[in-house]
Amino acid sequence: MLVPIEWLKDYTDVNVDIKEFCDRMIMSGSNLETCEHFCEEMENVVVGKIEKIEKHPDANKLVVCMINVGKEEPVQIVTGAPNVFEGAYVPVALHKSRIPGPLHGKEKEEGGTKITKNKLRGVESFGMLCSAGELGFDDKVVPVAHREGIWILEEEYPLGEDFAQALGLKQAVVDFEITPNRPDCLSMTGMAREAAATFGETLRYPDTACVSESEQKAEDFIQVEIKEPELCRRYAARIVTDVKIGQSPWWLQKRLMYAGMRPINNIVDITNFVMLEFGQPIHAFDIRQIADNRILVECAEEGETFTTLDGTERQLSKDMLLIKDGKRGVAIAGVMGGLNSEIEEDTTTILVESANFNGDSVRATSKNLGLRTEASSRFEKGIDPNLCQAAADRVCRLIEILGCGKVASGTVDVYPQEIKAPSVEVRVERINQVLGTQLPASQMIDIFEKLEMKVEGTGSVLKVTPPTVRQDMLEEVDFIEEVARMYGYDKLPVTLPKGNLESGKSRERGLVDLARDTLCAMGLNEVQTYSFVSPKGVDDIRIAEDSWERDFVKILNPLGEENSVMRTILTPNMLEVLGRNYSRNIEKVMAFEIGSTFSTNFIRPEDLPDEQMGLAIGLYGKDADFFLLKGIIEELFEHLGVKDVSFTSESEYGVYHPGRCARISVGDEELGIMGEIYPDVADKYGIGMRAYCCEMFFDSIVRHANIEKAYEPLPKYPATSRDIALLVDEEVQVGQIEAIIKEEAGAILEQVQLFDVYRGKQVTQGKKSAAFALTYRDKNKTLTDEEVAKVHNKVLDALKEKLNAVLREM
Amino acid sequence: MQTQLNQILQEAKEQLEKAKNLAETDDVRIKVLGKKGQLTQILRGMGKLAPEEKKELGQAANKVRNEIEALLEEKMAQVKAAAKEAQFKLEKIDVTEPGRAMSLGVKHPITITIEEISQIFMSMGYSIAEGPQVESVFNAFDALNSPPNHPSRDLTDTFYITKDTVLRPHTSSVQIRTLLNQEPPIKVIAPGRCFRCDTPDATHSPMFHQVEGLIVDEGITMADLKGTLDSMAKQLFGSSTKTKFRPHHFPFTEPSAEMDVSCFKCGGKGCRICKGSGWIEILGCGMVHPKVLAVGGIDTEKYTGFAFGMGVERIAMLKYGVDDIRLFYENDMRFINQFK
Repeated sequence: MLVPIEWLKDYTDVNVDIKEFCDRMIMSGSNLETCEHFCEEMENVVVGKIEKIEKHPDANKLVVCMINVGKEEPVQIVTGAPNVFEGAYVPVALHKSRIPGPLHGKEKEEGGTKITKNKLRGVESFGMLCSAGELGFDDKVVPVAHREGIWILEEEYPLGEDFAQALGLKQAVVDFEITPNRPDCLSMTGMAREAAATFGETLRYPDTACVSESEQKAEDFIQVEIKEPELCRRYAARIVTDVKIGQSPWWLQKRLMYAGMRPINNIVDITNFVMLEFGQPIHAFDIRQIADNRILVECAEEGETFTTLDGTERQLSKDMLLIKDGKRGVAIAGVMGGLNSEIEEDTTTILVESANFNGDSVRATSKNLGLRTEASSRFEKGIDPNLCQAAADRVCRLIEILGCGKVASGTVDVYPQEIKAPSVEVRVERINQVLGTQLPASQMIDIFEKLEMKVEGTGSVLKVTPPTVRQDMLEEVDFIEEVARMYGYDKLPVTLPKGNLESGKSRERGLVDLARDTLCAMGLNEVQTYSFVSPKGVDDIRIAEDSWERDFVKILNPLGEENSVMRTILTPNMLEVLGRNYSRNIEKVMAFEIGSTFSTNFIRPEDLPDEQMGLAIGLYGKDADFFLLKGIIEELFEHLGVKDVSFTSESEYGVYHPGRCARISVGDEELGIMGEIYPDVADKYGIGMRAYCCEMFFDSIVRHANIEKAYEPLPKYPATSRDIALLVDEEVQVGQIEAIIKEEAGAILEQVQLFDVYRGKQVTQGKKSAAFALTYRDKNKTLTDEEVAKVHNKVLDALKEKLNAVLREM
Repeated sequence: MQTQLNQILQEAKEQLEKAKNLAETDDVRIKVLGKKGQLTQILRGMGKLAPEEKKELGQAANKVRNEIEALLEEKMAQVKAAAKEAQFKLEKIDVTEPGRAMSLGVKHPITITIEEISQIFMSMGYSIAEGPQVESVFNAFDALNSPPNHPSRDLTDTFYITKDTVLRPHTSSVQIRTLLNQEPPIKVIAPGRCFRCDTPDATHSPMFHQVEGLIVDEGITMADLKGTLDSMAKQLFGSSTKTKFRPHHFPFTEPSAEMDVSCFKCGGKGCRICKGSGWIEILGCGMVHPKVLAVGGIDTEKYTGFAFGMGVERIAMLKYGVDDIRLFYENDMRFINQFK
């Protein structure tokens, strides 16, 4: 909402400087977007009168003007503007002047543009005639009359007077952000109410009384009927005869320009001015086009076509409210008037419509037609129907003041059910309780009254009636807010809540935090990627056609296909991260992500999707291999207390190298899968070397985690070590050997550790040598050589028998 | 005999003087004091002597031995010191060569920021609450007193999964879950991911994080809200930080406010970060609307509460001077490594 301070002063006094004005308005609840100072960068621009225009000797499109700027000698200026004429009053930027700019067709310069004398095609020009745009006005507010060309003034000003001074151009315009609960503030009177309350000034309403209404009566011109009182709460019509369409005076044009609207002609300008004053949209019809002197407010026929003011033919539906005359539609209620009843140059009698349409209905109509207008956006937000009469009267009063029509007496006002503001009981103690204050009732009453609310009672309960424009004031808490903001948030005390509670977090969250810490301690960096992904990711990583990873939760209105489904797994995102880093020449990446994954809830599809926590790890670069990844996972499990984890070969999962992939599980429950990325997949993501990934179900890890710690006494008796090297077939897995060792050795085996696997010259083809260190220890005594030998030999025998493992010389 | 002793002493002295290292010094010791050493043999040979002579010679021999031992000890110390010095010289390193990499991993800056905020609130007795990213329209809007036509519900603002489920546009939905599942006193914060239909650019991301806070108890006031958030700001941005509460509007709180903190770059003088105002908007907050409390079946006469929500990316960007929000989701290791 653009608020020109000069205009605001029509309704309330502003006795502080602009900075203080803004600061205090912010603190009373009007949030500031910007504060713009107009024409600050304007120097030595004066009012001039074109005395004489001659053709330029060497240029068709240029003319040479002699300008009277109040000095003895006229100033010669060359211009290419098409709209200059002898006798015109114009802004003249003299030699060595500064204008805000931008110059026609150029970019705006910081601090404005300097103008000096120069020669145009050989003819000297001692300055420049300016357009409104060159003086700093946005193209969308430049009056229609001089939109193309030099600013031609409608009125005469003393020649040579400072232009900004003469026209009162230097002023501040504050742009306030209006929150959806305060549509009343989308008007000058609404903002004036806020300003008056903030600064303790009085609010002056606009003058709405016509002094010379004619003998003709409005009801002789028009009858109004509302067929849909739900959608049209009020329809007020006034009539103006003897209308003379023309330019508005400068004071009116200026108000509109600074408020962001373009002056068009007197009647349109007045309706816009009143809309900005009260927030009430006004529409004017040419009464010649209203058939049967009749206005009917009812819904359109399904499929009916209607051409709006902008010349577009639109198809209507039966839930759209239409303003009709005796024969046809003349306006889409609250959205836009019809081309068929538009005001024209020769219009003499107009109908001024000041009506109240249902916000939801206007929103739906506007949305379905794809037609948003200043009027529709105001109706959508909600307008007080009690404004209709005053707004219609104000239009008439301005027409009278401007002398551009005769106002017929009376109003045809159809207002089936008058809207009254609800009175709300407000408890003084409750206000203080919520705010932490000890304000007396008198102070609260004062605040309410400043906001034009009526207060009954002075004791512990106040009965407060807001003005009907304040449609947001419905219950006690709304009034608490008014007291708070007008008293000042900055004046409220600063305390801390009294009660005390113990803080905590869920077990799952604690484990997530622990996993994160553990992985970081092992040198992995955490990454975070989007929860929504492209469905193509699962194709890129070669997920089987019928696999669960393809059961996506889909977004109805995604930004694009690449963010159109919720991720079922983290791997595609992890590979994207690896690929992006590889492409940026990062030599080595060790990364993990812990985050939600989503899948359709097939059991109860009406419920929310299943949301689970996943963990992905990705590696490439120096030292990265399958066993580094496995080591990371094992150490993580160690820290989370996940025991008895097994890794089994998997050769069917498309993401991974068929010979370098393992499923990770505890008992029957799968925890995840890991491996070296399948070469085609790595290629797809642009990872130019071997990469390794794992994806785990963190919720399953949580089920098996146990972070309870218990002390076990340090061993008192010595351990005995036996190193063995076994020659086995290539197919025999280390895991199998270890399992047999553990099973056969029983309780006295403290540890078995693989320390070497050898293939080569010393070993027959198809065989490998695996070397293990076995540590034996008894908690309760020193083991004798015989005791160890007995168990150890049993182990060796079993290995020989079950795996044909031959003991090699160490 | 005495002459012999003197000669041994003299010779030992000379040899020790010549000895250049530990081995040569030890050779002298062996030659004189070793099992077959000169002095050892003399002492051994004394058995045959008469007691008178034995005593006299013994004393003389011991004197010589003591003298030689002292000399040896001194020489040993010398050569050892010399050897050490030589070794140190040999082993001198260039300390400006780089250390061997011991790289700990780094948490994502968003995680770091969330943890920092969480710790501040946990120290004030808040627990961590959680809720799903795919949320019901009821929890995300209806129960939060959001009017049916509120623009935030539009398809252009919020991602929908079905007409009744959305990707939550704020963590405020966790307020409703908490109010429905807990009795007062309630004191929780809820960090998490949120989603809005914003095309990514330097300051917008369709996915971002918020930390929501909610307290409901008897006698909670707006003054408590100010005190709590002021304390949080001082802990997060430094003890000289000042806060300013401006009136604002949110459907789920009333009175509502936005909190600004004094610019931590310029201290309030005005700079590029605070756009010259000296203040930076950091969060939205307010007293929980009675209609929201009522959804949780809470006696709105007995209990009051406040709630707040802050954008994690925004805070991280301000704190670390990150100028493009997209960097958080590109996961370039050179970016993440900066948060060590």
